[in-house]
Amino acid sequence: MTNEFSESLEKKLEETTKLGLEVVKEAAEDRLMKLSVGPQHPGSGHFRFTIKVDGDYIVYCDPDPGYVHRGEEKMCEYRNFIQNIPHLERPVIHDSTNITYSYSLAVEELLGIDVPRRGQFIRAIASELNRQVYTLYWLAIYGIFLGHSTMFMWPAGDRELFIDLLTALTGARVTHAFNIPGGVRNDIPDGFKEKCLEYVNYFEKRLKEYENIFYNNPLFRQRTENVGILTKDDAINLGVTGSVLRASGVAYDVRKVEPYDVYNEIDFKVQYMKTCDSFARAYVPFLDMRESCHIIRQLLDKMPESGEVRMKLQSNPKGVPGEAYKRVESGRGALSYYIVSDGSSRPYRVKISVGSFRNILALPHLLVGSRLGDMPSIYWALNYWPVEADR
Amino acid sequence: MATAPKDFRFGNFVGSLVWLIFWIIVIVSLVGLPLIFIILFYIPLPYSNGEVITPYLFLSMIVDPTRTVPIIKFIIHTDFFRAAVFPGFAFAAMIAATTIFVERKFLAKMQLRTGPLYAGKIEGILQLIADGLKLISKEIIAPSGADKPIFWSTPVIFVATAAALTVLIPVAPGWVGADLDVGLLAIFAILGFFPLIALLFSWSSNSKYPFIGGLRALHQMIAFEIPFILSALSIVLLSGSLNLTDIVESQYSFWFFIIAPLSAFVFYISSLAELERVPFDLPEAESEIVAGWLTETSGMIYGLIQLGTYLKLYVLAALFVILFLGGWMGPQIFPQEIIPGYTGEKIYNATVVNGIFWFTLKTFGMIMLILLPRGINPRIRIDILLHTGWYKLIVLSFINMFIVLAMIYGGVITPGGLQ
Repeated sequence: MTNEFSESLEKKLEETTKLGLEVVKEAAEDRLMKLSVGPQHPGSGHFRFTIKVDGDYIVYCDPDPGYVHRGEEKMCEYRNFIQNIPHLERPVIHDSTNITYSYSLAVEELLGIDVPRRGQFIRAIASELNRQVYTLYWLAIYGIFLGHSTMFMWPAGDRELFIDLLTALTGARVTHAFNIPGGVRNDIPDGFKEKCLEYVNYFEKRLKEYENIFYNNPLFRQRTENVGILTKDDAINLGVTGSVLRASGVAYDVRKVEPYDVYNEIDFKVQYMKTCDSFARAYVPFLDMRESCHIIRQLLDKMPESGEVRMKLQSNPKGVPGEAYKRVESGRGALSYYIVSDGSSRPYRVKISVGSFRNILALPHLLVGSRLGDMPSIYWALNYWPVEADR
Repeated sequence: MATAPKDFRFGNFVGSLVWLIFWIIVIVSLVGLPLIFIILFYIPLPYSNGEVITPYLFLSMIVDPTRTVPIIKFIIHTDFFRAAVFPGFAFAAMIAATTIFVERKFLAKMQLRTGPLYAGKIEGILQLIADGLKLISKEIIAPSGADKPIFWSTPVIFVATAAALTVLIPVAPGWVGADLDVGLLAIFAILGFFPLIALLFSWSSNSKYPFIGGLRALHQMIAFEIPFILSALSIVLLSGSLNLTDIVESQYSFWFFIIAPLSAFVFYISSLAELERVPFDLPEAESEIVAGWLTETSGMIYGLIQLGTYLKLYVLAALFVILFLGGWMGPQIFPQEIIPGYTGEKIYNATVVNGIFWFTLKTFGMIMLILLPRGINPRIRIDILLHTGWYKLIVLSFINMFIVLAMIYGGVITPGGLQ
């Protein structure tokens, strides 16, 4: 559909220019209506993309990120390794444990620190809980983007379960600043394990209800199935990551491919689908949530009963000059840090590569040729968080 | 900031209240009552039971309330009362207001939250008044390039058109604003105006998203108007009349829902589309086209359009009840007399009150059914909508029409009931 349509349009434009009939050319261009989606559009977030529509079809799309650029990478160069933690989680506060996870891993490599085993487990637990928080938030917005108000309220309400757990663990609702180079900030509180198991069991029951009201809804399936096809080759060539890549039939998960900390001891499956459409991109995060529940249970089970959770560091740690590259699987895909140190207490250069920015590259590819009504379902299924992409 | 002044004394406050009441009494008795007498002296009052109502007679009603019965009877049989108050606008607006509150609470319970809670002590019962006051107090912003006369007049036209529909709905035997022989046709004719109004408004606001919304409204009408009318056609065949009162009265032995369930289904789906409710809220699809044709509405313009929309909701629910669920028909549960042994002139009619009760009950049931999809469905896409309208619903309504025709020709039923 895409190619045929754009080709026919190009052909029409070529013919008209050949004839030299400016009026006819203007008329052909007059068919197009230019729409600015965002940054004040309810379906865009802190982000703008310009589209041109011909009737109900989108024929042109130009993403324009950068409305919330905060210069996180430059800010890192003026603070020491520990001070960087609180501001680095600002780009995606709903997934704040994961965005500081790979930073901590990279700094640990630079400084040559080993994390205590119990600390590694607590890190992984916090990371999985935070992944649930992020995915539920994402799912809530996906629901309201498709006009399903119940699917907005339910995940937004159930997200409080994991926020409760994380509050008990870290003391803060969303911005935890929990991962630090050397381990985690504090040990788990009393009774956390039982509470966590209870909440996770309840949440698994709720997931079944989500599936009934949302994913098995025929109207939802009609809207998302066979919409926005991103084939396996295209997905690899465009360099998308995370759930978008896995929805295109590539079983790629950083936790499985390059296990960090304790993930090589955990038994879990990489969830992927082969249908490559918008429905698969919406369904894979849901499957991930279910898998995450199994991972949390295993982590709680295998965690050592007692021990240190944090390696004691100097107040202003310095490493040898060098560089480090580490990545983790965040809610939106691979999230990596490349840090260069010149031997001082501050990083010389920090480069953050986030899943959001890599996924948005697929947006023009998917939107051109699709209908205007498919715009929200394609856009938000890309698992894009505008603030994180702008950094 | 509602704090008491520093020199506040409760005694002074009560004293000022007493003075206020004193002056009100003085002014009413010295100015108000003579004024009423003077006015009543010059205004010819209506006849009732053959006797002229004199000012003296009128004031004696304060002592003997039964004397007001002829006056009330006279008023409630005027056309103005019927159009503006009881089966017409005010009654429909009251049901619409209740619907808005019920919808918010109902949806909230479905979504595991509380809904309106604070305005009014009981479960946020005054939320609608608060919202209305807020809308009235807001500034109305017209876009700079808008076609001003159309932009300002369309919301009023929208409410007026919706109010025109309410006049045609019979709520009890003999209780209808305008008892037309082509009542059903008139309702469809008036319903056809709404997409045009939406298109006019969206075009006049000189903005891109409203324009797309207006075009979508037009598409929706083209796709759903035909199955809508076809589904009502099998009822016309069954009852042999286009008059809504006749249609209700021909259902005295059984409801038409039993014979035309497919038509009822098509009618229900089409009325969802006609009302632009989820899953057919394409003309105001928020995440796609901001707020559709309502994007440039603000303040009371938005309030008026919402009022019109909910009046329309009442009308379509009532129409479903009239066509398929037997209108006001129901077992007599009200007693024939309220005050035993009262021999004077009566305004209480057991049949009418019973009819109103059953009609309102059924209409509310239908309204709840129309509200329900909003909690469980996402929005549909425009191509699927057109496909549903043209391919599925038209076929379904035709099937039911042929069933009805076969039954009539087979002699199982005749127009007007069982043979």
